[in-house]
Amino acid sequence: MAILIDKSTRVICQGFTGRNGTFHSEQALAFGTRLVGGVAPGKGGRTHLDLPVYETVAEAKAATGCEASVIYVPPPGAADAICEAIDAEIPLIVCITEGIPVLDMVKVKRALSGSKSRLIGPNCPGVVTSGACKIGIMPAPIFSQGSVGVVSRSGTLTYEAVFQTTREGLGQTTAVGIGGDPVKGSDFIDILELFLADETTHSIVMIGEIGGSGEEDAAQFLIDEARRGRKKPMVGFIAGRTAPPGRRMGHAGAIISGGKGDAEHKVAAMEAAGIKVSPSPARIGHTLAELLRA
Amino acid sequence: MNIHEYQAKTILREFGAPVSRGAPVLTPGEAEAAARALPGPVYVVKAQIHAGGRGKGHFIEPEAGEKGGVRIARSFQEVVEAAQAMFEHTLVTAQTGPHGRKVRRLYIEDGCDIAKEFYLSLLVDRSTSRIAFVVSTEGGMDIEEVAQHTPDKIVTFSIDPATGIEPFHGRTAAVALGLEGDQAKQMHQLVTSLYNAFVAKDMAMLEVNPLVLTRDGRLLCLDAKVSFDPNALFKHPDVVALRDENEEDPKEIEASKYDLAYIALDGEIGCMVNGAGLAMATMDIIKLYGGSPANFLDVGGGASKEKVTHAFKIITADPQVKGILVNIFGGIMKCDVIAEGIIAAVKEVGLEVPLVVRLEGTNVEIGKKILSTSGLDLIPADDLDDAAQKIVAAVAKRTAALAQGKGAV
Repeated sequence: MAILIDKSTRVICQGFTGRNGTFHSEQALAFGTRLVGGVAPGKGGRTHLDLPVYETVAEAKAATGCEASVIYVPPPGAADAICEAIDAEIPLIVCITEGIPVLDMVKVKRALSGSKSRLIGPNCPGVVTSGACKIGIMPAPIFSQGSVGVVSRSGTLTYEAVFQTTREGLGQTTAVGIGGDPVKGSDFIDILELFLADETTHSIVMIGEIGGSGEEDAAQFLIDEARRGRKKPMVGFIAGRTAPPGRRMGHAGAIISGGKGDAEHKVAAMEAAGIKVSPSPARIGHTLAELLRA
Repeated sequence: MNIHEYQAKTILREFGAPVSRGAPVLTPGEAEAAARALPGPVYVVKAQIHAGGRGKGHFIEPEAGEKGGVRIARSFQEVVEAAQAMFEHTLVTAQTGPHGRKVRRLYIEDGCDIAKEFYLSLLVDRSTSRIAFVVSTEGGMDIEEVAQHTPDKIVTFSIDPATGIEPFHGRTAAVALGLEGDQAKQMHQLVTSLYNAFVAKDMAMLEVNPLVLTRDGRLLCLDAKVSFDPNALFKHPDVVALRDENEEDPKEIEASKYDLAYIALDGEIGCMVNGAGLAMATMDIIKLYGGSPANFLDVGGGASKEKVTHAFKIITADPQVKGILVNIFGGIMKCDVIAEGIIAAVKEVGLEVPLVVRLEGTNVEIGKKILSTSGLDLIPADDLDDAAQKIVAAVAKRTAALAQGKGAV
């Protein structure tokens, strides 16, 4: 089961022949991802990594029947690449690219509404379903098949959560990095909805950070769902308790502005929704293991 | 990226927004000529620093006088006096911190008769994923306080990117500010030109506080604060040219040259981490164990040995740093590259403070081996918890030893 992707998911790569596209496509193939081809404008008709290269996403979809596309196109062309994938009605689009102008994403977000696509990212590490399919840049060896769903705004903290749940013997169903940008395709709520509905996911780790109100919105969603009888054990972490207000902490979206988006507020909202929030990023896995034993 | 008020007003003027006439001056000698070019008879001399609250601020040096960073002058003589008082002196405002900012540029502007003051800003609203306007009748105030105490005095509306500004947006803003007739028409023109400027230049924020209504019935952007989306600067070389490095931390400028995300903080433990979230979490865990972080530093996903070396040098160049924590969870980033970068940096600049290194992920065994056989005096850590406790303890021990050493002398 898991969410979003599994062994049968056919994936194409936009920005296939570039340095990042090539490296991570090789890694994905080694993981067992069903990568069926790629898109590189100006290089259609060639083969790369023994797979066909297409001129457009529509062409790739017609030829391969792909259900997902991963995007490594550099920032100036990344929004265009996402819009092309939306236009081709690719069900799942995962954009890894960091540094897309936010007003480009405002347009993308408009194009997504009413479309047939779900976008994960941009500025994210991708999606991995343990033992089945890897889309993006997450390191493969830290994953193990299990029952924890991981959703995170931060790449390397996703690795921490995956690594720690593997070390605790819990393993993961799927890990989803939703990305660190202020305007992005999917937010916590979208992914939590999938994890709550997935029978193989028994517990959830949610990693947020300062900026915006995605964590607060998610907390309210979880409270509402619990009232309807849907609830799973959850552990959380919020990065940026020591971040100064008004400064962008690496991620474009990680900023406390106008007195909003600070860590304390997010932690309080998550705790009110019944999430056990770990004060230490090193104890996410341990906290979850204890919670599940209790 | 932030710019000065006078630069922001130049851009607004280009897009047809109403701003007063004025000219920037870089030396006190230019102030009189700048004033003479204006109609008068009232002039405003405004300190140009990248921080708000200038009018209510104060100067550290007594010779700058008791007034703030925005001064009214009623003669050329008064313009010159105000300019001389402010130039090269340090202005402290609610946003500068106690050290303040040195005033190196002034803006001499035509005065105006104010009937009413309003607030207006544009920003990217994360909850709607659109550009939003924020307007309020409470002009000249700190909008965060207005939002906290009298939220009903703030009106926000967002713009559908598919349609852009429509006339009803102008009417919405006019109604919110109690404007009618010709002034409502002016409002529609104003929101249109500000929206166009915001989109064309990839702004992150545009704040007009106050927006004023003059006694002769004109809307006028009396102040303007603009910041740009750093991700979009590649589209706008004209905007990049407006950067004033005097307004930025020199360490942060150095870091930006190597594409490192670095933010200077007040603590004593320097951090080098990959990934923004993990970098923040590393700061947090240092604090959790009783230490304080000296910086935020994300070396990024695929850093080279050179980049790591530069990052390390920027950290060690900070005299506040009493210990260093390197925390790497290698995904794309390979641990052996980090190890080699650290060794190269230490060879070049030396190492006088304790260094704790935690490596995990891709090529971790090779990385650990490179470090352990390098002869470097570093403290390896097993995981993030272990690393944070070790660096906090090492810094405390060193500080105690230094204090004792001084006592003995």
